[in-house]
Amino acid sequence: MQFKFIEEKIFKVLMYMATLTVFGFVLSIVWTVASKGWNAMSWDMITKLPGGGFYIGKEGGFLNAIAGSLYIVGISALLGLSVSIPVVFYLNVYLKKRSKLAYAARLAYDVLFGIPSIVYGAFGFTLMIYFGLRTSLLGGIIVVTLLIIPVFIRSMDEAARQFPREILDAAYSLGATRYETIRVVLRQIAPGIATATLLSIGRAIGDAAGVMFTAGYTDSIPSSLSQPAATLPLAVFFQMSSPVKEVQERAYAAALVLTLIVLVLSLAGRLITSRFSKNKLQ
Amino acid sequence: MRIKSLLTHLSNMTGATPDGKLIGRARKFFRPDYKFVRETEDTKLEVRNLNVHAKDNHILKNINLMLPDRKITCIIGPSGCGKTTLLKTMNRLTDLEEGFRITGEIILGNEDIIGSGEKIISLRRRIGLVSQKPCPLPMSVFENVAYGCRIHGIGNRRKLKMIVKYYLEAVGLWNEVKDRLNTPASRLSIGQQQRLCLARSLAVEPRFILADEATSALDPLSSKNIEELFVKLKRDYSIVMVTHTLRQARRIADYVIFMYLGELIESGAAEQIFNHPQHELTKEYLSGAFS
Repeated sequence: MQFKFIEEKIFKVLMYMATLTVFGFVLSIVWTVASKGWNAMSWDMITKLPGGGFYIGKEGGFLNAIAGSLYIVGISALLGLSVSIPVVFYLNVYLKKRSKLAYAARLAYDVLFGIPSIVYGAFGFTLMIYFGLRTSLLGGIIVVTLLIIPVFIRSMDEAARQFPREILDAAYSLGATRYETIRVVLRQIAPGIATATLLSIGRAIGDAAGVMFTAGYTDSIPSSLSQPAATLPLAVFFQMSSPVKEVQERAYAAALVLTLIVLVLSLAGRLITSRFSKNKLQ
Repeated sequence: MRIKSLLTHLSNMTGATPDGKLIGRARKFFRPDYKFVRETEDTKLEVRNLNVHAKDNHILKNINLMLPDRKITCIIGPSGCGKTTLLKTMNRLTDLEEGFRITGEIILGNEDIIGSGEKIISLRRRIGLVSQKPCPLPMSVFENVAYGCRIHGIGNRRKLKMIVKYYLEAVGLWNEVKDRLNTPASRLSIGQQQRLCLARSLAVEPRFILADEATSALDPLSSKNIEELFVKLKRDYSIVMVTHTLRQARRIADYVIFMYLGELIESGAAEQIFNHPQHELTKEYLSGAFS
């Protein structure tokens, strides 16, 4: 057999194995979390607040953390979207290709993207001290919003830069102003926006460091923006560090819930994306 | 044929006679809120001393021409002679490209397109553009035609429906798409897409239609459709068409403009250019010595 065919076979096998390994990682993570957390998992866990003595293994659940996480992530995603869409639209429709402002802005977002979330947490903490705020839902929302804006902008910008110029030409030749092309642009990059939202939510919901100082932790569901809020990653963190075995199992149960939420969101995102792409060209 | 029956139909509705002005009246009937500029200053598009530079390239050199009213003018010439740039300059889509320097005047009615600043937005409405590759907007068939009307302030759903139907009928697409107005425009065949783009341009009521090789991406049958459509539309619109196919120009042109390397070499009535070209270059190009 010729060398090139052997070469082809070897690399094909290597690529196949790499693919399998990654797939294996996913399965083993889900398996670990599920098998360790399954014992502690019960209907009470996800529908009840922690009772007295929850953290030494007595009854209750971590609904406080689920609710807190969903609040923070939901509101932050909305805020993040409403800041990022104008940014992306301005960068791609108003500024010219080789604009210095666009270059500087993109560089800045890349830097922001790379900053670890603990730094955002520390920054948010300083801000809160400055304004005299205490750990609260609002603090958590602000920090998580800051954290996910670069994720939003980067992935939407990626989609918007592929935007075919001719479509803009077509809209302009009908007498559209730059602003009026927003409907066209948004529809074309809708799948990109959906993907960006998924990525951002994934990053936001799993982030522990950012919310540790800013949202705090509490056993109740926050009823206003100024109250502290619990989050799932912190529920995992605190319970995992307990010496009591039941509590450790509950940490895995919380991790399982977190994983399931992300999984459901990803599947929903796929469905939504395919729905949004129906109008997209090419 | 379809347009004619449509006109008769409309004339019964409006009480007008089916003459050349009818589409205008029909428009008034559909959209009384539109300011009506048709028979007055809007009929003339004139290019004076137009020079276009892109960086160090002198793309268009001292172009002077006047587009005849309600005729099909074909711009012919070899690749890279500036035909497309000329069309884009007439619509000031060159604004989007970087490093373009334009001097001269393009007069539409009484207004200079080149010097119109921000007013270009309202001028563009009066010059429709059909591009080489059909370029539907990423929306449904209905929304594609309605988009232009929406951005010019028509939000009434019933009115939009009438307008969309009217212009889809005008381009002979209504019967093909009436049951799937809500499907994405990208699902139509390429010939249908091109007619949709034409309907979209017509829906904002231009006076001129600029077509940049509008049939070159289409199959023979679709391109025949478009050609026939242009011949029908010329009773109400002035059409400028860039084409690479000499045979097409022969079929539909009333006037012909021959360009070569950014210069306007010869222009005139179609029979004259095709049968008795004056210039050496025109003769060579028409005989196929270069292309």
